[in-house]
Amino acid sequence: MDKMPKWADIVLIPVISLLLAAFFSSLVILAIGESPVEAFKLMVDGALMRSAGWGYTLYYATNFMFTGLAVAVAFHARLFNIGGEGQAMIAGLGVALVCLYIPWPHWSLAILGASVGAALFGALWALIPAYLQARRGSHIVITTIMFNFIAAALLNYVLVELLRPVGAMDPASAKFPAGTHLPTFQDMFSTESSKMFRGAPANVTFFLALAACVFVWLLIWRTRLGYEIRAFGQSETAAKYAGISPVRITVIAMLISGALAGMMAVNTTMGESERLILNATEGAGFIGIAVALMGRNHPLGVCVAAILFGFLYQGGAELALWTNIPRELIVVIQALVILFTGALDNMVREPIEKLFIAMRRRNA
Amino acid sequence: MSLMHKFLGAAAAVALSAGAALAEPALIFDLGGKFDKSFNEAAFGGATRWAEETGGTFREIELQSEAQREQALRRFAEAGANPIVMTGFAFGNVLSEVAPDYPDTKFAIIDMVVDQPNVRSVVFNEHEGSYLVGMMAAQASKSGTVGFIGGMDIPLIRKFACGYVQGVKAVNPDATVIQNMTGTTPAAWNDPVKGSELTKAQIAQGADVVYAAAGGTGVGVLQTAADENILSVGVDSNQNHLHSGKVLTSMMKRVDNAVYEAMTAGVDLETGFNVMGVANGGIDYAMDEHNASLVSADMKAKVDMAKDAIASGELAVHDYMSDNTCPVE
Repeated sequence: MDKMPKWADIVLIPVISLLLAAFFSSLVILAIGESPVEAFKLMVDGALMRSAGWGYTLYYATNFMFTGLAVAVAFHARLFNIGGEGQAMIAGLGVALVCLYIPWPHWSLAILGASVGAALFGALWALIPAYLQARRGSHIVITTIMFNFIAAALLNYVLVELLRPVGAMDPASAKFPAGTHLPTFQDMFSTESSKMFRGAPANVTFFLALAACVFVWLLIWRTRLGYEIRAFGQSETAAKYAGISPVRITVIAMLISGALAGMMAVNTTMGESERLILNATEGAGFIGIAVALMGRNHPLGVCVAAILFGFLYQGGAELALWTNIPRELIVVIQALVILFTGALDNMVREPIEKLFIAMRRRNA
Repeated sequence: MSLMHKFLGAAAAVALSAGAALAEPALIFDLGGKFDKSFNEAAFGGATRWAEETGGTFREIELQSEAQREQALRRFAEAGANPIVMTGFAFGNVLSEVAPDYPDTKFAIIDMVVDQPNVRSVVFNEHEGSYLVGMMAAQASKSGTVGFIGGMDIPLIRKFACGYVQGVKAVNPDATVIQNMTGTTPAAWNDPVKGSELTKAQIAQGADVVYAAAGGTGVGVLQTAADENILSVGVDSNQNHLHSGKVLTSMMKRVDNAVYEAMTAGVDLETGFNVMGVANGGIDYAMDEHNASLVSADMKAKVDMAKDAIASGELAVHDYMSDNTCPVE
């Protein structure tokens, strides 16, 4: 067995990667004359020590969970879905249509309707690249990226020309009716005496995201379809030999992936802005790739990684509010984390793997 | 001014004794970023001018995400910042929800109308200024073809375009106006490379004056126009100095004045609806030593005549956003 123990793979490597990222981020902050310790304290204070901070952290985390799961599911079939961004954008349209044109009596029904709308639109947006990959061999990476741009253009057209209320300047739809307003954490956890999560956008969709994590775990490891997806991902020829249709698995995996990415629109469009805006996804589709990589494509890992990235986003906002660190450098810090946990994974992994194997040999 | 100082000091003392951490004004920049050489930078310029003149300090944040709009507003309001100034129409919806929660805080929003008792809404008649620079462009053009490069394709930018075309046609009814929008996503506000490509494409079609209403993208437009030896028209801030002798004029939207006034007024900020147009100096075209050689007395006289006519109400420039159509193409 030339493998390192599981705990090292799941815990040790991400932690070392994070420490490396933190180290280089500190250098960046030092270079512009701010104190890294102060900055880190601000981030933790703002993101984790106040309930409103948690409200933002979990709001971002909800988005990243959905998009991370979307990437993870596709990746089990060795499909690289870079189109989470576009799928979520179009899913926002689905949410908006459901919320605007159906008179919902209560939010609990509305969220079900909106979820169906989001999943359906997101899945449909993934269907075309999936079909092209399955039938025509057009590479899914290229087509899904292209579809992000098509989605942005389409959404822009729909918002500016069709959904924008007359006379409004903002390219956004009308406000959703009151019956579709989701309860936020503030509504759910505040008591008479103490206001919790004041003004924070985290809402009931967070629990939907946790449910989605469980769903993906069940799907991938406890169903026949999940087995087929994994088998196809491991070896297409073997899967074919076993009677698994590559076309079917490619399309189904991408549909599920698109639906999951689309679900984040429930959080942003219905939960936060309560109207459809142009820029609702804000790169969460791409962050999902980093989240899935860091979470090793396992729902639990995705969940933890999503909260970490939520912390980075909210902490970054606090830095922007109270220090003179320009936002470009905050992006640099966020990018360093993605770089070390995602792209440079092997840089940490290989030496550690060798170390463990060497240790085992000595013990043996 | 010293009276003002005393007053500000007193206000700060009151705020401090009330337990608030700071009574300084705050400025929130929209997603385009602080240094876009245009709209947001003009706001920053106004705030800096206020800080230099009064010795005061102000809080600021450049937003990174949509969800931060509400967050920034609430955090600044809770920290006692007053007034809170924000640039961009995209704050409209959020502000109308947040403002009632902080009745003691004054807010100023630029480019949008929010009907709340503690909000000052500042809007600009960009179509008037665009009309003036359109006249200027048509007079400077030798080919009879001028260009317009917008940022993101939204009604506000079509309002710029529509005013511009009207101004061009007022001088030369046969002129051709080539219009391009940089993009359909917010990235279009900050894409100088695309701006440069569009400029080259318009030059190939015969344009010899190009008007950029595109935020940070305009930097690329002005650069390419200067490189290719044609004229350009800047926007929002006075951009004449960016390429001296190559920028015909700039359509100045005095966002800096709006911010400066709001911060000077401090907690006494007068709320309500505030239109900045040609009539009250909120909109103008830029003349300075960098473009003096490009604008003849004759050209200037013609534009100034229109300017007076607009100011007096004699000449009404059609506002695209009033009915979402433009009478000229």
